[in-house]
Amino acid sequence: MSLFTILLSALLVNNFVLVRFLGICPFMGVSKQVDSAIGMGLATTFVMVVAAAATWLIQWFILEPFGLPFLQNMSFILVIASMVQLVEMFLHKTSPSLYRAMGIFLPLITTNCAILGLAIMGVQNSYTFIETVVFGLGGGLGFTLALILLAGIREELQFADIPKPLRGAGIAFILAGLLSLAFGGFAGLV
Amino acid sequence: MRLWKDFVRGLWGENPTFRLLIGLCPTLAVTTSAINGMSMGLATAFVLLCSSALISLLKNVIPAKVRIPAYIIVIATFVTIVDLVMNAYMPDLHQVLGLFIPLIVVNCIVLGRAEAFASKNSVIASAFDGLGMGLGFTWALTLLGAIREVFGAGSIFGYSFVAEGATTLGIMALPPGAFITLGILLAVMNMIAARQKKKTS
Repeated sequence: MSLFTILLSALLVNNFVLVRFLGICPFMGVSKQVDSAIGMGLATTFVMVVAAAATWLIQWFILEPFGLPFLQNMSFILVIASMVQLVEMFLHKTSPSLYRAMGIFLPLITTNCAILGLAIMGVQNSYTFIETVVFGLGGGLGFTLALILLAGIREELQFADIPKPLRGAGIAFILAGLLSLAFGGFAGLV
Repeated sequence: MRLWKDFVRGLWGENPTFRLLIGLCPTLAVTTSAINGMSMGLATAFVLLCSSALISLLKNVIPAKVRIPAYIIVIATFVTIVDLVMNAYMPDLHQVLGLFIPLIVVNCIVLGRAEAFASKNSVIASAFDGLGMGLGFTWALTLLGAIREVFGAGSIFGYSFVAEGATTLGIMALPPGAFITLGILLAVMNMIAARQKKKTS
């Protein structure tokens, strides 16, 4: 598979959120406003790329040579948690304004299952290092795209007259279903 | 009596799927049939029960500052057990649930109960709380899976009830069906909860 195919596949055809159902919690939680959706999306993309690279190194230089693949879950989640911490500290030091803008979203990224899912899928597909990083980038951008699309629609819906029980999460899920239907059109692209 | 309260809270009042809206990724991803939903629910319930009990047992040993990584290690241990056991004895099911078994580690329900309940309560109470939450998650997943299976494949728990070759709503088995079914179910649960509230007040 070429790098472009991997990128396109992770971004559109097998969109992490709308087709693979990874990262639904932040998708529902942070999609009320476009601004915060962009911040969350970019922070997640960044962590995804870094975590994809780090977990690849762990898998092929530590777990495989020492015959420890059963420690995969445990080591990956710890690496991701510390990566998030590292990104947080780095941003805090270098760009305080960006740090303040993303503040609350950063720690939440650890429990975003899209990141652990991406790391495990990268191993399952036995991608090379570069392919894993591109896969992470595609997945992250796909997450950002889905988040911004849903946030845009939900902003428009603020003044709509929605039946009371459907308000909030109910209507958001139905919207996500319609978006997912639209993304179904990308099937067969690669 | 208190234990009973800890147990039923997860089943309805604080049902993780319908009331708290957490642990949604597996809820949507594996509920293509009732059996799949139920298996995923039971696997999560097992992890919840064991990790809640163990974390409650260790609550005085774990320093507060490193509690989250420590909890995650405990949870990941039980998830690895489930993963390996399912791979050995139920390979077909393991294949279907695939990625979502290791992802129980990052299911917010498990860490959420560890932080909110097990770290403050006795072992027995935490075990009941974990079991209640786990079974609440299980029935939600089974219901969602059953609805999608009935419309998407014309069967229930694998028993087909439509004529051979009949047209079914295939979309219900695909990703959009999961989102839309959950959206409608949430609205129904909100209606029931609102009616209950009106009755009590």
